[in-house]
Amino acid sequence: MNMVILIVLVMAALWTVMTRSLIRSAIGLALTSAILTIIMFRLDSPLAAVFELSVCAGLISVLFVSTISLTHALTREEILKHMKERLHRFWFLPLIIVVAGIVLSFLSFKLNIKLPAPETEKDVRQVMWNLRHLDIVGQIIILLTGAFGVVILFKEKVKK
Amino acid sequence: MTSVAMQIFWPFGLFITMLFIIGIYCVLVTYNLVRALIGIELLIKAVTLLIIVVGYVSGHKALTQSLVITMIVIEAVVITIAVGVVLGIHKHKRSLDTRMIRELKG
Repeated sequence: MNMVILIVLVMAALWTVMTRSLIRSAIGLALTSAILTIIMFRLDSPLAAVFELSVCAGLISVLFVSTISLTHALTREEILKHMKERLHRFWFLPLIIVVAGIVLSFLSFKLNIKLPAPETEKDVRQVMWNLRHLDIVGQIIILLTGAFGVVILFKEKVKK
Repeated sequence: MTSVAMQIFWPFGLFITMLFIIGIYCVLVTYNLVRALIGIELLIKAVTLLIIVVGYVSGHKALTQSLVITMIVIEAVVITIAVGVVLGIHKHKRSLDTRMIRELKG
């Protein structure tokens, strides 16, 4: 079952990159995030999966769609010109993916990595608030930086 | 890494590599700024999946989940700022084509 979901994930990512329309690309990205969420749930990481679904499939897709609608649309001539260019640049990609898939599936690496002992904390909340509390401080700082960054970027010039 | 862990990890590793290739190809080949951001997003998704799979294999699911949550927060902020910069460039140049942006004058 995991294999089927992974194949769908790669197909969605390919569609995201290959499709002509930017809006379809943004929707493809949301679809990829949603499929990634399913994989995360299946790998026993529900909290990260919920974050992925709400932030990546929701918020970031909305951001992309708003950006695309705020920028001007191409004319028909420009679209035709871009189509030819894109075909030249992107037709390699499916080929590379298929070749990479075949080559990697025949390789069998034997990694001699010693896995660490299983964790003592089983709860994400315990890890976040006790073990990785500096991460929370970092997240707050990054969020504030982002907020100030947006304020500075969209600041209107005062007319004298 | 035990053979059982390797057996679980390997199919995921293969598809993560593919996802990474798609992201890198998109960033390298495209001339559109929004599409470049979408490529970066795909790269981040590949790394997210890698961390989750490693957590599943090694038995450190809680730790990897907390790392992924931190990563998602950083990702959202980075994309928000990047989108703001892209909109600023579009305001000045009326284009999202990287070939049209050749000067760093403010």
